[in-house]
Amino acid sequence: MAEAKKGWFDIVKSSYVWKSIFRHEYQDTYRNRVLQVSSNVFLHLHPTKIRRHALRLRFTWCMGGITFLLFLILTVTGVILMFYYRPTGEYAYHDMKYLQFDVPFGMIMRNMHRWGAHAMVIAVWLHMFRVFMTGSYKPPREFNWVIGVNLLVMTLMLSFTGYLLPWDQLSIWAVTVGTNMGRATPLVGHEGPFADFLGVNARYDARALLTAGRLVGAATLLRFYVLHCIFIPIIAAVLMIIHFWRVRKDGGISGPL
Amino acid sequence: MADVTTAVAEAPAKPAAKAKSKVAERLSKLVPDKVHTWPYLVRLEMLVGTIVMALITVWSIVVDAPLEEPANPTKTPNPSKAPWYFLGLQEILVYFDPWFAGVILPTFIIVGLMVIPYIDINPKGNGYYCFKDRKFAISVFLFGFLVMWVSLVIIGTFIRGPGWYLFLPGQYWDVHKTVAITNVNFAQKFFGVQDPAWSAGIGAACIFIWLGVLPMVFWKARYKKSEALQKLGMVRYQITAQLFMIMMGTVLKVFLRLGFNVKYIMEWKGMINV
Repeated sequence: MAEAKKGWFDIVKSSYVWKSIFRHEYQDTYRNRVLQVSSNVFLHLHPTKIRRHALRLRFTWCMGGITFLLFLILTVTGVILMFYYRPTGEYAYHDMKYLQFDVPFGMIMRNMHRWGAHAMVIAVWLHMFRVFMTGSYKPPREFNWVIGVNLLVMTLMLSFTGYLLPWDQLSIWAVTVGTNMGRATPLVGHEGPFADFLGVNARYDARALLTAGRLVGAATLLRFYVLHCIFIPIIAAVLMIIHFWRVRKDGGISGPL
Repeated sequence: MADVTTAVAEAPAKPAAKAKSKVAERLSKLVPDKVHTWPYLVRLEMLVGTIVMALITVWSIVVDAPLEEPANPTKTPNPSKAPWYFLGLQEILVYFDPWFAGVILPTFIIVGLMVIPYIDINPKGNGYYCFKDRKFAISVFLFGFLVMWVSLVIIGTFIRGPGWYLFLPGQYWDVHKTVAITNVNFAQKFFGVQDPAWSAGIGAACIFIWLGVLPMVFWKARYKKSEALQKLGMVRYQITAQLFMIMMGTVLKVFLRLGFNVKYIMEWKGMINV
C-alpha cells in the first residue's frame, strides 16, 4: 500500500506543541484507554478500571455525580450572578430586578441557580438514600459516610444562606423563621433553657451571632452573602475532596464483596 | 467474544431456569468483572451530565424563580414558612417547643446519621440492595427518611396555611381561622394531677421509663437469646436504643397530641417542656 497522504490534522498532531500537551495517541488500545484517564487531571479522579456493576444506573442512580455536577453548575451561575449583585439593604432587591429585566441572560442564570439549588438538595438526599440502601457505609467506608453527612449539612446551609439573598418577603421571613430557632438553643440562646446561666440576651446570643444583630437586617444580608459565596463553599469543597479521595482509597465504588 | 456468542446460541429457545443459570455462569466467566473507565464510565457520565444540563436549562427557560415584594421587616406574612427542606422541622414545632424541635432534634438527626456506620455492625448487605439481611436497619431508616422527613416536608409545603392550620390544596385560605386549644399536660389528662411539681415529676418519670427503663428491659429479656445483641455490646446498644427511642418518642408525642390533646409530657419551670 502506498504511503497515506498526510492530512493537516496529522501534521498538527505530529507537531512539537501538540505532543507537549497530549502525551499519548488516540487509537483505541489498552494502553491509551488507561492513559486517557491517568494522564488527565480531571479524569484521574477515576480509577483506570472499574467494576462492571458500577456502570449500572440501577445500582448508583448516578446521584453522587449529579450532585457534583449541580455544585459545578451552581458555582458557575453563582459567580455570574455575583457580577451584578450587591449585598446591601439598599441595592440587593434592585439588583434582582436588574438581573430579571436588564442583564442579558440574567433571568436564566438566576433561574438555573435557584432550581439547581433545589435539585441539589434533592439529589443529596437521594444519594444518601441510595448509599444507605446498598449498605455502602459499612466497612471500610464508615468514615466517608460521616464526611457525606457533613456535606449534606453544608448543602442545606448553602441553600439556606442563599435563600436570603434575593432580599424579598419570601427570603427575609423564611430566614427569620429559620434563625428564630437559634434563640431557643439551650444555654446560648436567650429564649432557650438555662438562658440566664451564661447571661445571654437578644443582642448577644446564638441567633445574634448568625444574623449579626437582633433582627434579620442589612447586616444579616452581608453576613449570609459572605457565608454563601466564600465560607461554606470552601468548606464544602474541602470536604468533597476528602469524600472523592476516600471513595478511591476505600476500594472504589461499593459492591458485593 | 466468539465464545460468548456460542454460549448464547447454545441456550435453548425457551430455557429452563437451570439452563439459564448455566449460561449466566459461563458468561460471568468469559466477561471480565472490571472494565475500562475510558470509554465505558466516561461516556455514561457525559450522557447523564448532558441530560441533567439539558433538563435544568429547559426548566429554567420555562419556569421563572419567584421574586416577591421587597423585604419588609414590619409586614409579617401569614403563614411564614422556612425554606421547604426545613418544613419537616417546622411541622414538628406544632408539637414541641423550639428548643427541642429546632435545636435538639436536628442535632440528634445529624449525629444519629453520623453514627450509623458505627452502631450497625451487621456485616451483611455491604454493597448490594437487600432487605432480608438487614430488616431492622432498613426499616428504621425508611421510617425516619420517608415518614419523619419527606412526608412532613410535603405536609408543611402543601397543606399548611395561615396560622399553620391545615388547608387542602386549592382550599380557601381563611386568615381568621382559629381552633380552640384545649391541650392539657400529660399527668393532668391521665391522672388528674393539677399540682405543677407533681405533674412535672410524673412526666419526668415517664420519660425516664421510656429512655432509661424500657431499653434495659428489652436488653435483659433478649440478651441471652439474641446473638446480635451480644455482638453489639452495651455501649453501641445504648446509643442505638436512645436514638431509636427519641425518634419513636417524637412520634408518640405527636400521637398523644393529635389523639388526646396532650400539651406536654413534662413541663418544668416553663423551661424544659417536652
